[in-house]
Amino acid sequence: MSKREVISSGNDLAARAAVDAGCKFFGGYPITPSSEVMHTISDLLPKIGGACMQMEDEIAGVCAAIGASMSGVRSMTATSGPGISLKAENIGLAFIAEVPLVIVNVMRGGPSTGLPTRVQQGDVLQAKNPTHGDVKSIVLCPGDLAECYTETVRAFNLADRFMQPVFVLLDETLGHMHAKAELPSLQEVEEGIKLRREFVGDPADYRPYDVPQDEPAILNPMFKGYRYHYTGLHHGPTGFPTEDAEICEKLIERLFKKVEAHEDEIESYEEYKLDDAEYLVVAYGSTALAAREAVNRLREEGVKIGMFRPITLFPSPDKKMKELQERFGNKVYMAELNMGQYVEAFERATGMHRDEFVTHFKANGRPISPAEMVAKIKEELL
Amino acid sequence: MAFNYDEYLRTDKMPTLWCWGCGDGVILKAFIRAIDKLGIKKDDMCIVSGIGCSGRFSSYVDCNTVHTTHGRTIAYATGIKMANPDKHVFCITGDGDGLAIGGNHTIHGCRRNIDINHILINNFIYGLTNSQTSPTTPQGMWTVTMKRGNIDPTFDACKLADAAGASFVARENVSEPRKLEKVFVEAFKHKGYSFVDVFSNCHINLGRKNKMGSAMENLEWIDQITVSKKKYDAMSEEERAGLFPTGILKKDEEALEYTAMYEKVKEAWQNNTKVEL
Repeated sequence: MSKREVISSGNDLAARAAVDAGCKFFGGYPITPSSEVMHTISDLLPKIGGACMQMEDEIAGVCAAIGASMSGVRSMTATSGPGISLKAENIGLAFIAEVPLVIVNVMRGGPSTGLPTRVQQGDVLQAKNPTHGDVKSIVLCPGDLAECYTETVRAFNLADRFMQPVFVLLDETLGHMHAKAELPSLQEVEEGIKLRREFVGDPADYRPYDVPQDEPAILNPMFKGYRYHYTGLHHGPTGFPTEDAEICEKLIERLFKKVEAHEDEIESYEEYKLDDAEYLVVAYGSTALAAREAVNRLREEGVKIGMFRPITLFPSPDKKMKELQERFGNKVYMAELNMGQYVEAFERATGMHRDEFVTHFKANGRPISPAEMVAKIKEELL
Repeated sequence: MAFNYDEYLRTDKMPTLWCWGCGDGVILKAFIRAIDKLGIKKDDMCIVSGIGCSGRFSSYVDCNTVHTTHGRTIAYATGIKMANPDKHVFCITGDGDGLAIGGNHTIHGCRRNIDINHILINNFIYGLTNSQTSPTTPQGMWTVTMKRGNIDPTFDACKLADAAGASFVARENVSEPRKLEKVFVEAFKHKGYSFVDVFSNCHINLGRKNKMGSAMENLEWIDQITVSKKKYDAMSEEERAGLFPTGILKKDEEALEYTAMYEKVKEAWQNNTKVEL
């Protein structure tokens, strides 16, 4: 299976990945810097018999996508931070009703209208808790162009596996950068597609939410004889509303457990030049592009330094981060384009406070350059 | 032989959560009779609803049903319809649901003229949440948020749907169940966005505080504010004040329907041509 070499952008690749992964419906609304996802997919979907709808607002975009997914087709929406804020309530419905959905967020400067055309990684915690109430979010964060493709494909498979929204966090840099990327063959992508489970027995025996405590609901496609009910209310094994305390508790517990019990299926990270390293860099997304270059420059000067790059941001790779912290102590440098959102996850996993290691935050819409990283590392870490 | 509603109902969900004497049950029955008359199979249809008393409608019918968030019914239904253009998609909203929080989706559903059947159950009040002002609450009436009398101008939902581009627009009221059924049959047969504004009684959370009497007396009030389209058309502007015409107000069978137009988009991409409508 030969790899494919393309010249493309992150936004374009997310759209192409969706279609290659079997997406048949896209609902969205224009927003900088994610609009190109819709530009590309609006060309691709009608060609293969799918549909792309530019809806009347961000909320309608996600609702249409959820509706299509409820009916049984793979479905996606793409937006940027303000759009996620608007979609928040209905993302919650997809969590509680267990509707698979891929949500691409191409992060820009926030809060509010913020810096529409500039980069930030300010929506990391929003992706972790994207709606009111308790949810266990799955958040994937590509670190280069090829991963904008492969992580979007993975998001579709995870959404169907766990029957819930899965976030793909791009940022303005990755979304708009145009370069060469090596993609897996279409055959490899297609062979990796794992669709949601379906109940095949007698419709009279079908209880969509009556599943083991660590597994997702089994929601059959509509119009096929399995006539069940979706609701955003708390619901029992058959999907109908209930306020029974025990059933409500069991539902929320299961929505967490179905993810927590299978974190090994979701976890993904890269270790770069860590084997002999004495110093640790932690970075993700487009910031990791610069961090990799910084590591290389320092290595050229003889500094034994390497990088840990989480690809699945949430559930966070807590064990791995604890293991790294035990090995590197406080010889840690962590960079992100916000005021320390993922540092929170690192602190929680390691028990180490951000004052005890080196942090490099920037939230003014500009990336951190490799030179800035090298300078900061030399000044504060070495 | 008596009509067998049970064939279409989730009988284990009965009785409904609606108050005794509520018009929503009349609408449910007329809906089922219309479905039956048209021979629409339970596996060829789905019902999408929003939040409010009307939101529970979906859970009572034995088909694929979706109880969505407040106001977003039409948006969810649009996704379902676009992914399944050959299926019947029915939307049930309330007046607050479909005209206030979800007004934008109603407008754009109408504008696209997508083949969705939208039944707006209009009881002039936020009934489920205890009597807040709705976009259709008559001026002067008591609401819990306008206790000295509502000042908000009243929305004419049918005029909105017409202006926004729905190709089928009708109004009926629950005191005329047979007429309601007939209008539903016409609406459901229609290819394009069909909008039916159904005046229903909330004698509990509108009527009680406004001293409008029993459920029957509330229905009489609805009768007083409605008049057939034929009579309405013959009236002067002065005579029309405070009245709403009923019956089929608009039926445009020439208007292009959205899923059919989107098929042309698919063809254009597949054949490398431009869309020709």
